[in-house]
Amino acid sequence: MAAVPALMPVLAEMLLAVAGMALLLFGVFRGDRATRLIAWLTVAVFGAAFLAVVGPASAPGAALEGLFVVDRFAVFMKTLVLIGAALTLIMSLGYIRRENMERFEFPVLMLFATLGMLMMISANDLIALYMGLELQSLALYVVAAFRRDSLRSTEAGLKYFVLGALASGMLLYGCSLVYGFTGTTRFEVLADLFGPGGAGVSTGVVVGMVFIAAGLAFKVSAVPFHMWTPDVYEGAPTPVAAFFSVAPKIAAVALLLRVMAQPFGDLVAQWQQIVVFISIASMLLGSFAALAQTNIKRLMAYSSIGHIGFALLGLAAGTTEGVRGVILYMAIYLAMNVGCWGCILAMRRQERMVEGIDDLAGLARTNPLMALAMGIFMFSMAGIPPLAGFFAKLYVFLAVIEAGMYTLAVIGVLSSVVAAVYYLRIVKIMYFDEEGDPFDSPVGGELTFIMAGSGLFVLLFFVYPTPLVRGAQAAAAALFP
Amino acid sequence: MIIANLAFYLFASVTVAAAVMVICARNPVHSVLFLVLAFFNSAGLFVLMGAEFLAMILIVVYVGAVAVLFLFVVMMLDINFVALREGFLQYLPTGGLIGLILLAELVLVIGGWSIEAEIAVPASAPIPAPAELSNTEALGGVLYTRYAYLFQAAGVILLIAMVGSIVLTHRVRPGVRKQRISRQISRTREEAVELKKVSPGEGA
Repeated sequence: MAAVPALMPVLAEMLLAVAGMALLLFGVFRGDRATRLIAWLTVAVFGAAFLAVVGPASAPGAALEGLFVVDRFAVFMKTLVLIGAALTLIMSLGYIRRENMERFEFPVLMLFATLGMLMMISANDLIALYMGLELQSLALYVVAAFRRDSLRSTEAGLKYFVLGALASGMLLYGCSLVYGFTGTTRFEVLADLFGPGGAGVSTGVVVGMVFIAAGLAFKVSAVPFHMWTPDVYEGAPTPVAAFFSVAPKIAAVALLLRVMAQPFGDLVAQWQQIVVFISIASMLLGSFAALAQTNIKRLMAYSSIGHIGFALLGLAAGTTEGVRGVILYMAIYLAMNVGCWGCILAMRRQERMVEGIDDLAGLARTNPLMALAMGIFMFSMAGIPPLAGFFAKLYVFLAVIEAGMYTLAVIGVLSSVVAAVYYLRIVKIMYFDEEGDPFDSPVGGELTFIMAGSGLFVLLFFVYPTPLVRGAQAAAAALFP
Repeated sequence: MIIANLAFYLFASVTVAAAVMVICARNPVHSVLFLVLAFFNSAGLFVLMGAEFLAMILIVVYVGAVAVLFLFVVMMLDINFVALREGFLQYLPTGGLIGLILLAELVLVIGGWSIEAEIAVPASAPIPAPAELSNTEALGGVLYTRYAYLFQAAGVILLIAMVGSIVLTHRVRPGVRKQRISRQISRTREEAVELKKVSPGEGA
């Protein structure tokens, strides 16, 4: 008689999996009429999972034969992912109703993608890592191509699928090399092996680690594995692009942090140069390529590439402060991005979405509140104090300077100046250009709520940043002692 | 021992030859059949290594399902493979160069192959001697206990694959005649059959 395994740490994941299957069945019986109800139920499930993550499932420890781990870091990142997923799902409700995308599989697929993300964040084994990543990616490929009658959407889905499969292949190749040269897939055994008193590293392990890093860099869309991002963001339905730019990014960054800090934590000398390169290249490309964009979704794609570059600066520092900076960056990135995509979703004219940056011309006179919200997000993304985006960059740059990497910090600051140009250009277009036709109003309660909520967070973060900074500090300490 | 060696070289050379034919054959159906041959010989290699379970799985899953699926796809899609292959020579230098570089890298990496002494212990501890346990039992033992989590996760991934393919391809077409069993059964004789009196010599 075997003892019942401790399942408490897996509570949130089990909840999501069971609720996902139940909602799927419910949808099959009720048909597409129930989409709205299922979407709200999914949001409720996200809420319940949130409570489980911060409550009963938050005790640090391993579960499921050590394949699954819960620590402060996992709890913090999971709450971010769940908040991001819930907010983007709420934002998408109006869109899927208007654009004839109201099919019950949509919220269910989002739910399963989120389940995959939580599994990624808690992975404590190379196989568990791959399973979570694949679950997330597979659901995302389908959601990207969800408007199957639109050529651009199917193209986006196909492109994402083919390139994603390539990245998964690289990741698996790396995992198999690491397994072949060490004989284990467990993170803590790998960490012992590479740590002081361990057997040390061989070339094969380093090559495997580089492949794993390449696969993960694809998932966070860091240069040079970023090519899919602008096309997929532009082609995928707008709320899906919003979802892509928030929750999966946070989960993938969390995974990258965990893999680099835990199993390969003692190989800093080996991976640091890779992360430094990826970070510099992402910042520069994100800043310069966005200058020439005319489509706001493509602009957001390049902006997210740039933000990933800034966030990875913290990892490049290779210190606890650096990891704290990354975690804090992702939390603030979540608020800025959700709000900004809310504004983009409100860009409708005569019941049709418009995506040109020029369509924002004169918004300050036709819809001053929305222009104000968009302006706040743009200033925040550019890193202008006292908005939240400034603090995100501040903590990362502080860590880099403390680690003595001055060149890196200078490159970071310079590219953030270049990035400020295109963020401020949008503000200029909204406030000083000749106005066009006004957007449809009202924009809808959900969008207003999200724009106002994230706008207030970004605006007032500086008043009381302590809880978030403390949380990030504890999370970083759990990962990078 | 010599027989095992001979069998190895036989299987290995046929596998490589069949794999070459998969990409060289003009007729795509022949390519798939060569693929099946390659699978069979790889299964033979697995048996020689003592992995009889993997050998059987390879035949059941790859030959029985995957290759047949490929065959269907090749036959159903009307693709002109000759036209697809036209640029082959043009891309050969670049492709060959990349292949060579990858090969060199592999040789370099595999050249340093050694299972670290420290890790050899934890990695090999849970596996009993082959005489005590067949590898089917060994796989089953860990798959549903130690790796139950991954097994379940794989199940969810397959569910998503199914949902995804339905979402992307299923269409409800209007005007399709569909059997509704409940309606068939609930029909009464009165509404289904009508009796007409026909007088002789007049027709219906």
